[in-house]
Amino acid sequence: MAYTDKVIDHYENPRNVGSLDKEDPSVGTGMVGAPACGDVMRLQIKVNEQGIIEDAKFKTYGCGSAIASSSLVTEWVKGKTLDEVKMIRNKDIAEELELPPVKIHCSVLAEDAIAAAIADYQSKHVTA
Amino acid sequence: MTLKLPIYLDYSATTPVDDRVAKKMCDCLTAEGNFGNPASRSHVFGWKAEEAVEDAREQVAALVGADPKEIVWTSGATESNNLAIKGAAQFYKKKGRHIVTMSTEHKAVIDTCRALEREGFEVTYLDPEPNGLMDIDKFKAALRDDTVLASVMFVNNEIGVVQDIVQLGSICRENGIIFHVDAAQATGKVKIDLESLPVDLMSFSAHKTYGPKGIGALYVRRKPRIRVEAQMHGGGHERGMRSGTLATHQIVGMGEAFRLAGLEMANENERIRMLRDRLWAGLQDMEEVYLNGDFERRVPHNLNVSFNYVEGESLIMALKDIAVSSGSACTSASLEPSYVLRALGRNDELAHSSIRFTFGRYTTPEEIDYVIALVKRAVGKLRDLSPLWEMYKDGIDLNSVQWAHH
Repeated sequence: MAYTDKVIDHYENPRNVGSLDKEDPSVGTGMVGAPACGDVMRLQIKVNEQGIIEDAKFKTYGCGSAIASSSLVTEWVKGKTLDEVKMIRNKDIAEELELPPVKIHCSVLAEDAIAAAIADYQSKHVTA
Repeated sequence: MTLKLPIYLDYSATTPVDDRVAKKMCDCLTAEGNFGNPASRSHVFGWKAEEAVEDAREQVAALVGADPKEIVWTSGATESNNLAIKGAAQFYKKKGRHIVTMSTEHKAVIDTCRALEREGFEVTYLDPEPNGLMDIDKFKAALRDDTVLASVMFVNNEIGVVQDIVQLGSICRENGIIFHVDAAQATGKVKIDLESLPVDLMSFSAHKTYGPKGIGALYVRRKPRIRVEAQMHGGGHERGMRSGTLATHQIVGMGEAFRLAGLEMANENERIRMLRDRLWAGLQDMEEVYLNGDFERRVPHNLNVSFNYVEGESLIMALKDIAVSSGSACTSASLEPSYVLRALGRNDELAHSSIRFTFGRYTTPEEIDYVIALVKRAVGKLRDLSPLWEMYKDGIDLNSVQWAHH
């Protein structure tokens, strides 16, 4: 299948590949998907004291669209607050990368990864 | 010498038509050529076309050790499989309505069997051993008094393993069961001698053996005589088994392609084996690389490898300079990995991580060396991106992880 230039760009030059210390209280880690489904996405965010995401990293096992979706998301979340990031929808990702219908699940997975990373971060900061 | 990119390593999907074959085909098309209808009995145009068709029938029969009268032209192996399985099952249904086949057969066999199930037949789909081969005792155990037909492929299209057709056929013969073999991937790769093989029906394709697409043949044994119910009705061509005007140029192409295969297969297979071994030697020293299918009982043209913790479709994307296929079909929401690899008992990661390299007449050692370097680079890059690889390196057992299935 033919990939769009944007997918190929993210696939060939993925942004923000890597790992953050998942024990660090300022880091939220979201891992979604399953090897059985052919894609596993791990998104990590580092949130500063002002509640702004100052760094994001990803690693993804999956097709080119899955890699591109997670790479794009790391760019989008940086510099934003958690509330702003919660507004990112899979539709936005799919539109930006011009994903074909059979690859929409990749963008869904990326949205899930954001939610999972935020949930993990917030679970470390439950105010009594 | 500069390499021409992309490099074609998908010869099991199809092969290019050999130049010598194309030349013969072109001679059967235009007004100056042999364009007549082989069924025309009243003039020389028909007679000449018929002669070309019968010469080709002899060439196909010669490659597989059959009598030319046992060769029925079809549109390809899919049609041959349909005609053989439906045709025999329907003709002999009074003898029984049970069919035995394998879960790793081509879809043209599996789906044909499914269609027969809807007609009231019962089908047993046997799983192979982890090396892809059929266990003879399991096969024997699956046969019943009402088993009328068994169908097992000669060479598997995904993993290249060669089934023990002699043993399986002998068992069928002892039990009075018709034995069909899909040999689409076998011609020109393994020696086939139907005079001695205990096989009743065998399917062939031209385009896997440097002939054109759209033409194939079905071998139908005459001694003892096997009957099939026609699936295509019309003018009664091919002794009533398959109606439709014979495509002279396609048939001539298949004949020439099979003639060349007979002449050249011994040398060609030796050369291809060396290329295959060269690739495997180059890939084997990487970590977490697994060969799918038995190495010994396998055609030299196929190397199916899983690169653990790398997803197949993304790997193919990184290998855009080579044309290969993946066992991972990430093209639908279901994301089903190869049913053949699953039937071997490969886990999901390995099934999703497989690449099929298939070699042929025009593959060169320089191409293989290029592929080795490219694959190593691509797998390294994707593993750096893979959370599964990181977990593996950290000593985490992936089976112990609770995955969020979606």
